[in-house]
Amino acid sequence: MAEEAKPPVPPPPPEGEKKPAAAERAAPASAEAAKPAAPAKPAGPVPVSWTSPLVEKYKGRYGSGLDAQTYLGQNYFAVDRSLIPDILRLLRDEEQFDYCVDITAVHYLQREKQFDVVWILYSFPRNQRVRVKTQIADGASIPSSVSIWATANWLEREVYDMFGIPFDGHPDLKRILLPDGWKGHPLRKDYGILQQDNEWVQINLGIESGQ
Amino acid sequence: MNDSPHDVSNRALSNLDLETPEKPYLDSNELIINMGPQHPATHGVLRVILKLDGEKVLGTECVIGYLHRGVEKIAENRTYTMFNPYVDRMDYVAAVSNGLGYCEAVEKLMNVEAPARAKYIRVILTELNRIASHQLWLGTHALDIGAMTPLFYTFRDREEILKIFEKYCGARLTTHAFRIGGCQYETYAGFEKEVKNFLTFVAPKIDEYEELLTTNRIWIERTKNVGVISAADAIALGVTGPVLRASGVKWDLRKAQPYAAYSEFDFDIPTGTNGDTYDRYLVRMAEMRQSLRIIEQAVNRIPEGPIMAKVPKIIKPPVGEIYHSIEAPKGELGYFIVSDGSTQPYRLRVRPPSFVNLQALDTMVRGLLVADVVAVIGTIDIVLGEVDR
Repeated sequence: MAEEAKPPVPPPPPEGEKKPAAAERAAPASAEAAKPAAPAKPAGPVPVSWTSPLVEKYKGRYGSGLDAQTYLGQNYFAVDRSLIPDILRLLRDEEQFDYCVDITAVHYLQREKQFDVVWILYSFPRNQRVRVKTQIADGASIPSSVSIWATANWLEREVYDMFGIPFDGHPDLKRILLPDGWKGHPLRKDYGILQQDNEWVQINLGIESGQ
Repeated sequence: MNDSPHDVSNRALSNLDLETPEKPYLDSNELIINMGPQHPATHGVLRVILKLDGEKVLGTECVIGYLHRGVEKIAENRTYTMFNPYVDRMDYVAAVSNGLGYCEAVEKLMNVEAPARAKYIRVILTELNRIASHQLWLGTHALDIGAMTPLFYTFRDREEILKIFEKYCGARLTTHAFRIGGCQYETYAGFEKEVKNFLTFVAPKIDEYEELLTTNRIWIERTKNVGVISAADAIALGVTGPVLRASGVKWDLRKAQPYAAYSEFDFDIPTGTNGDTYDRYLVRMAEMRQSLRIIEQAVNRIPEGPIMAKVPKIIKPPVGEIYHSIEAPKGELGYFIVSDGSTQPYRLRVRPPSFVNLQALDTMVRGLLVADVVAVIGTIDIVLGEVDR
């Protein structure tokens, strides 16, 4: 039983800490554990193209600017940045994706277009989720969707705060979690985990460092 | 509803241009005051800037971030296993729910499924935690409005849940109860009996809370037609959880997109009609009773078997991304995880229900009195640890 296998493994914390070295050394021990999971891997991880009437409709309209895929049963559109306000509005107006669950971004430092901006949408009538992704370069802006879903207001402010991606047409684009005068956007990959705006800390908190 | 005094003031407000007052500034009684961040009724370090006309609220602005710890950045610098306890520190009054959402999201990303027994244990603990979260909400919310007794009642009874948690995993609040792939701990001897005892103990206590408040005239005056939000507004603002359901939208992720073992249980989704503070109160009271129903079914049918799926010792999900969300006591709690195939998440985004629901505060309090702002902050049920992350 699984719980009986627990006691002989007293040091679970360091298991992932020294990742590559520990992984190789632990390989013989965890071979049995790793093996059953290994055959399952190829079954899931490959994104397959997503076909549905919804996709056909938009592919017909936008052609190569739009790519629809499914990964582990979750559907997403990878779209061209130029389609962005339109496709979001159409998804709400025509396809009843009336609830914007989340807006977020992912930073890929090595890529030419450094950011993925991601909208997670949900439709109450269809009980369906879809994600819309687009790539933008550092410094480029993206149209705001506050006029489509009111909830986008704070979500976009957070993306701006954490990544420095400006949203055009946002009614009040300013930082939300960090103080207004803070320099830098912490969720960028080139922002270190211990990094902070020392100047801000010294002026506003009167201490040498927050560390 | 349309005859309520609050609605009249709302109508009057809609004619008033907030940005450019027609009257000269000195003639109006506009006043900006600051509520918080150190204020007993803001449930933590929430600062609300209120724009007032006399005692009437013209608009609000929330200033948040005082508790920002950079949870998402921390996630990128920890392994999947090491990050697990951190999620408990977001919504710290419902830590079990946070852990469930995180573990399930990573499991989904790895394409593994927790064994049936683990799922049942997860459901029992999560629903106990939902009751505890609602009890804490009720006690503090009633205290804000001026009823002190419910606080003592709810904290007394919540203690019994925390005792079960402590016996199960050694911690009362930040439980770290689940692991990726299942549960680490088998239930202790007498777990089922204690949970059943708790069910018979707490059912009459919920009636007791209702006796104190449901027909209490002061409670009704302070909550009926206060902080009304329509279903359309709630959906546009992305509000979820009891706040959405009190506006009449029958939507609960446990039913809409069942996770864990929820599809195997019989329970109802309580909804309200007016979307006011009173309805949200009734919805949460009914939810506690539904949770009792779920726990009762789960504890009677808890299957035998392993509690941990076959998960590699080193969690290394394949390259890809996943969004998984659960119905936390406050609403939809989602995790969006991007894996680059290493032992650490490349990006981990938490979709916090408190943060999104708090955005609706402005819509809900416009035209009300300052004292009602306190009631509305309480009724949204926010935890600043989750708002600020």
